[in-house]
Amino acid sequence: MGMEATHSHAAGMGGLRTAGDLVARMQMTKRMRIKEAKAYVADKLGCSTLDLSDPIAMETIRVEKGLGTLPNTSSVHPTEAGMIEAKFNIAKTLDIPINAVERFKERVGLSGSIVEAGA
Amino acid sequence: MEPKLPTRMGDGSLVQMTRSELRADLEDATALAAKRAKCDPLEQDELDHLLDIYASPARFTSVDIGEEVVLSNDGTGTKYIGSVGADLQIYEQIVGVDMVELWQIDYSYKAVKPNISHEQQWMKIAQMLLTNPVQYGAMSDLGRYSQPDGPIPNWSELLPLGRIDEARQAQVAAKELLVEDMVFVSDHMVEAGADGIDFDTTGAAGDCDFLASLTACRKLREKHPWLGIEIGMAGEFVLGMHGQVEFDGERLAGMWPKDQVRMVQQAGASIYGPAININTGKSTAWNVARAITFIKPAMAVAEIPVHVNVGMGVGGVPTCNYPPVDATSRASKAFVEILKVDGY
Repeated sequence: MGMEATHSHAAGMGGLRTAGDLVARMQMTKRMRIKEAKAYVADKLGCSTLDLSDPIAMETIRVEKGLGTLPNTSSVHPTEAGMIEAKFNIAKTLDIPINAVERFKERVGLSGSIVEAGA
Repeated sequence: MEPKLPTRMGDGSLVQMTRSELRADLEDATALAAKRAKCDPLEQDELDHLLDIYASPARFTSVDIGEEVVLSNDGTGTKYIGSVGADLQIYEQIVGVDMVELWQIDYSYKAVKPNISHEQQWMKIAQMLLTNPVQYGAMSDLGRYSQPDGPIPNWSELLPLGRIDEARQAQVAAKELLVEDMVFVSDHMVEAGADGIDFDTTGAAGDCDFLASLTACRKLREKHPWLGIEIGMAGEFVLGMHGQVEFDGERLAGMWPKDQVRMVQQAGASIYGPAININTGKSTAWNVARAITFIKPAMAVAEIPVHVNVGMGVGGVPTCNYPPVDATSRASKAFVEILKVDGY
């Protein structure tokens, strides 16, 4: 794990602590390069691209928008969105299909599947 | 007398070199790489920048605030630490990576296939446990289909006998089986909720291995337009074990990163991962200059994110079990600042 932690500290966005997972989703789903992906996410969140890798700014934004925060910290309130709940909000906020959300909706009988609608 | 600075060799060992010696290594590596890949050597300002990174005695270095990139870590979900789920959560919540990867220890699509329902179950659980995107990863690993491990005549035995046509036919037959398995496993992972698929260490068995990943990628892209598909390479150069196979009319054997990325994006992949192997007998500065020279032409034509492989033995990170943070962080900084890569 030392090597991964080193890359994370040296050059990583910070994942769920910041907006790294959101930018990653734009790279995966829309094939966006880093600048375009950061600009897209910042625009959707109404913040600057600098905020995206700032854990202080992003904690507030993530809580406000229900995008999920680290569930292993004692500061997370049980009423806040987490994991699959957060993924519903991420799909809506970023306007992208998230496979697990669509499967969830399909299996509990919610309508409005958009997964195969194209990226 | 010029002072000596602590730096690393490609095997991770700590050595002392002067700034002039480091500069000479950088210049030597870029010249050799440029000649080999028939591309331009690095510019003087790029070499100067690399020298500043590698001639620093600091224990740790990093990119500037705001220049961070996405980490698509392969190999983050095994049961090394408690359980598969716990391992993935640790990478999400403690290591802070941007996407995680579920995989099994026999990292090959052929090996995953018979165990697919268990792997699917873990993908489903992972999707409920994590907020991060979760992709599924394995190697294409064409060699698994040759005898005695697989049903196809072994081309590595046929080639030394001069039975070239038979060796080529065997590789093409193996490629067909591999594509079928890659698509089978990927479709099942999509069914279980996967955000993406990783074809890792592509091309390890040569051009038919690379062709299998490109073909499987295109099939998956047609079915799942939203799916993350990462194609990571095994090395800097596609070996011509077959020598004649083509994708979209272009011969794959002999392709360097610039052409690899074109093929990968034509196939419909989301992320391309170049891999430049380490020379353990040279300094890490030498290895990074060589890697950046090979990858730079790819960055000029890339239309999709490029995540450089920076693990033990590739991308300027020493070949050893415990890569030192000084060497790893220097590689991390170098690729972002010189090449403007999109991730690791």
